[in-house]
Amino acid sequence: MTSLPEPQPGAKKLGLVIDLDTCVGCHACATNCKEWNTSGHMAPLPDHNPYSAGAEGVWFNRVHSYEAGEGEAGRTVHFPRSCLHCEQPACVTVCPTGASYKRAEDGIVLVNTDICIGCQLCAWACPYGAREFDEDAGVMKKCTLCIDRIYNETIPEAQRVPACVATCPAQARHFGDLGDPDSAVSKLVAERGGIALMPELGYAPVNRYLPPRRRAPAPDPGPPRDPGPLPSQIKNPLLRWVDKVLSR
Amino acid sequence: MPDGSATDRIAYSAPIGDEVKTTTCYMCACRCGIRVHLKDGRVRYIEGNPDHPVNRGVLCGKGSAGIMTHYAPARLTAPLLRVGPRGSGEFREISWEEAMETATSWLREVRERDPRRLAFFTGRDQSQSLTGFWAAQFGTPNFAAHGGFCSVNMAAGGLYTVGGSFWEFGEPDWEHARYFMMFGVAEDHDSNPMKLGIARLKARGAKVVSVNPVRTGYSAVADEWVGIRPGTDGLFIMALIHELLREGRVDDQFLIRYTNAPWLVVQNAGGADHGLFARDDQGRPLAFDRARGAIAADAADLSPLLVGEVTLPDGRRARPVFELMAARYLDPAYAPEAVADRCGIPAHRIRRLAREMASIAFDQPVELPIPWTDVWGRRHPTMLGRPVAFHAMRGISAHSNGFHTCRALHLLQMLLGAVDTPGSWRYKSPFPRPIPPGPGPAGKGSRPNTPLSGNILAFPQGPEDLLVEPDGTPIRIDHAFSWEAPLALHGMMHSVIGNAARGDPYRIEVLFLFMANMAWNSAMNPLETIRCLTARDASGEYVIPRVIYSDAYFSETVPYADLILPDTTYLERWDCISLLDRPIGSAHGPADAIRQPVVKPDRDVRPFQEVLIELGARLGLPAFVKEDGSPRYRDYADYMVHHERAPGIGPLAGWRGADGTKHGVGEPNPDQLRRYIENGCFWRHHLAPEESYFKHANRLYLENAKAMGLLGKAEQIVLQIYSEPLQKFRLAAEGHGPIQPPDHLRARLIAYCDPLPIWYEPLEQAAQGEGLQAYPFSAVTQRPMAMYHSWGSMNAWLRQIHGANKLYLSRARAEAMGIAADDWVWVESPHGRVKAQVALMEGVQPDTVWTWNAIGKRAGAWALTPDAPEATRGFLLNHVISEWLPAQAGPRLANADPITGQAAWYDLRVRIVACAPEEAGATEPRPEPLSPPPGLPPRPSILRYNAGQPR
Repeated sequence: MTSLPEPQPGAKKLGLVIDLDTCVGCHACATNCKEWNTSGHMAPLPDHNPYSAGAEGVWFNRVHSYEAGEGEAGRTVHFPRSCLHCEQPACVTVCPTGASYKRAEDGIVLVNTDICIGCQLCAWACPYGAREFDEDAGVMKKCTLCIDRIYNETIPEAQRVPACVATCPAQARHFGDLGDPDSAVSKLVAERGGIALMPELGYAPVNRYLPPRRRAPAPDPGPPRDPGPLPSQIKNPLLRWVDKVLSR
Repeated sequence: MPDGSATDRIAYSAPIGDEVKTTTCYMCACRCGIRVHLKDGRVRYIEGNPDHPVNRGVLCGKGSAGIMTHYAPARLTAPLLRVGPRGSGEFREISWEEAMETATSWLREVRERDPRRLAFFTGRDQSQSLTGFWAAQFGTPNFAAHGGFCSVNMAAGGLYTVGGSFWEFGEPDWEHARYFMMFGVAEDHDSNPMKLGIARLKARGAKVVSVNPVRTGYSAVADEWVGIRPGTDGLFIMALIHELLREGRVDDQFLIRYTNAPWLVVQNAGGADHGLFARDDQGRPLAFDRARGAIAADAADLSPLLVGEVTLPDGRRARPVFELMAARYLDPAYAPEAVADRCGIPAHRIRRLAREMASIAFDQPVELPIPWTDVWGRRHPTMLGRPVAFHAMRGISAHSNGFHTCRALHLLQMLLGAVDTPGSWRYKSPFPRPIPPGPGPAGKGSRPNTPLSGNILAFPQGPEDLLVEPDGTPIRIDHAFSWEAPLALHGMMHSVIGNAARGDPYRIEVLFLFMANMAWNSAMNPLETIRCLTARDASGEYVIPRVIYSDAYFSETVPYADLILPDTTYLERWDCISLLDRPIGSAHGPADAIRQPVVKPDRDVRPFQEVLIELGARLGLPAFVKEDGSPRYRDYADYMVHHERAPGIGPLAGWRGADGTKHGVGEPNPDQLRRYIENGCFWRHHLAPEESYFKHANRLYLENAKAMGLLGKAEQIVLQIYSEPLQKFRLAAEGHGPIQPPDHLRARLIAYCDPLPIWYEPLEQAAQGEGLQAYPFSAVTQRPMAMYHSWGSMNAWLRQIHGANKLYLSRARAEAMGIAADDWVWVESPHGRVKAQVALMEGVQPDTVWTWNAIGKRAGAWALTPDAPEATRGFLLNHVISEWLPAQAGPRLANADPITGQAAWYDLRVRIVACAPEEAGATEPRPEPLSPPPGLPPRPSILRYNAGQPR
């Protein structure tokens, strides 16, 4: 079974912060991830039966939409799901060959496909369903946090973020070092009460989800500002304007 | 065990590709800027252009899947000539020369005899300034694009009321709005700006309210979801107006400065002038000044009477617009209690919403420290705004009462003083335009070999502008601009094929379509449309003798055409997003854009616009040939640079003039396209802060807009609460004037051509009368974000997200009917039935069912195998929608808005009937699978797309 790097105090923990308050479920993260990665580090991301029944491909990002609550009081939630780059990733420790590994330098969980034997134990071990088996090549694939973008010196610095973050039209995805309490993403998590997914399982996911904001309260409409009689006292509100002197 | 990190090979800094080109996305209609990375000539990666004003670097789920649309195996590969019967799919490949000569000969014959016998209609096309101009040069009035079945109600309602409209001609002030209410916005227009904007509003704590029968997409993230009953938005808006008026919470100052509220309306019931504006001898509308009596309404120091009858200098009686408006909506018929049941919204909630928006507008105004000068030359130290913004789209547009509903919404904006002020809805330059924006439509007096002068799609001001014969018969094949739909600004594509098959009002010879899937999801009642396309007369000839179709893909319409002109993908061509057509301007200033070819076609295909220009030259259309008869334009790129619609005004506004220093107006610049490409394929002009708001009455803005050729005059654009053109149609229907409607339409025109917004029960529902009770559910559609407005949902990636659609039903209602999730049901309307699989949902108005549109496909089409879920489980609600209203006295009428001809898709009512067990498992109707045309490549069983992989 594969060992994890010794945790270092202050180590980098790169990850994503996903805002469930503004995610509208447009799937931009999913398709942009797909187009980047199908020609990227884990290329290709194959699609079986692409033009017939049973179409099914490898995706590092998937969006699930569901409802919570009943009737008008409920809400529709769009939930993007990808690898959470856990601090204690069972997908790594379960790996019999060392193919699945967690990087010491930034915490990214990767698969070395050269030594992956396609046993899929990691997929069984991951409680988040983040592993994507490439049946065609017989190896496991997964989110790399766009490792070929985030350190890529041929890309303008501002764009060295995962493809899903760069493209998100609702600006619901953020990328950074969650090991640094002063990073923008850590502050965002603190400010918005970001949560880890199923922390009770003990895998210590790095990614965080920002819960929906409390619904904007109804602004206090206050009493009518009209200095005249109360509306209920006016039989014909039209009269209000009869003698009203207005000028441009 | 040690991990495999040491041996993992990671190329951290591999260049994305070997080349990157900017262009404009066309995966939907929003026209975002993209950067296309190429590797070894293949598309490696498409990303949003960070510098682009529309999307600012982001890119949606469709745009990001563009690679799969570009490389789809459904791409047509060569020109085709039909050899078997229509629908058989039997074609032979022909050369472009043969294709062009065939098209030219068919069209030349028509033009020489009677140009009206060409009907030229385009779909989700973004080159209408070219296609419309071409049609006018040809001499046929029978031209339009897809707006008639999309959102012409929004466009017409807006242009005839505020001189702009939602989406293309306006946008919320995302920076300053504190309250944002959207109506009937599915997931759509405009895609990325809406998502960017809503995120900003929410980050700022502004309240977002969505009025929509369905809680998906934007409604899902709204602070409040108002699950309204379809088709009742107008009534809801009028109840809000009732409340604002009742409480006196309206912006009097805004109304008297910027709207026609003080204008006087002649009161002479039964007279030919009843309901028209009182005007002085120069034709200027009058208002009643408290000190000076009736004077021209544009006086700077007007102190107008808003309520009360006055006597005009000529002795006639008149009342101000404001009074007529206020009296109408203060009527108890519009009280929240009176509309609550019908709308499905409790009265107290309507009242609270009205108070909320009034509170934000009047108690929390936005004041920007920007001095500005109004049209009267008065300097204002600040800009005071009402930070209540609205947005609306198809949900209110696609009803037969949508025009008036849209006008009602603009009225609500005016009462709140929330038009182009800080925090409110704002015009996207080059809007506002005068109201209405221009002269009436061209199309009268079509003659052989003669162009029509003017624009075919334009703006009637009264009966004299209608396209009707002296007896009232429509001039156009689709009956647009006739008494059946006087303001059909975008044409009525949905009635073209049915009318053509019937010869109503005449037979056509050639139907020429571009990018419009009329044999499937673009048609109401597609099977009837197919019947019309395949109907033959007594002699065995097709009643629509020639069908020419241009499309890039094997859509369901291809097999029904005689000649196929295969188009390129959006990455293979030039295009022009023009100020003459549908520009990409924003509230911050006008803008336009181009597409440039980023890859070369690998098939024998040509861009449609280039083909059209060449056809124009072959036909000798005057604007497309030089004096010696040779082609005037080499191709579309050449046209984009050198065509001048008026001196100095061409398709592109940027870098004009010989040296590229002029904008808006200037002589053609041969180097113009290079300048666009250097700038990321777009041009934008930034408005100065002091011309950024109140554009309808902002002197600096209006003068500068005139100088740039955006406006003909630098005059105030007075917002029209009361619409005089509508009253003119009504007066004619009452018997006044020389141009008279046919008798069977008089009552209809009197009822619906109301100069103030009205609400009425959707026409089809009203016509069903008691029978409506048998159909208890409203049925509507939306398109999912990942496919919104996209041409090509056969996309290998997107179809994994949405491969089959279900019918969404309220969970409580379904349970009461004994229907469970995944059950199969019949969706039945008076027109037919379609079989669907059920999904249950909480966030849907209980009397409404809905589904995703345009997922269902005909078996075999789009290069999908016939077992694809799109064909077996995906279904179209279109099958149970009629293109005609229920039969009534007189000729048949389109199932459309009676003012604009907007297709009334969402007026549909249905009942849900559980299927017998043996009926479950597949949708119906399921017409015969289509056979692919020749030339389509084999479909891979595994797609391993990797642009980096050597082929």
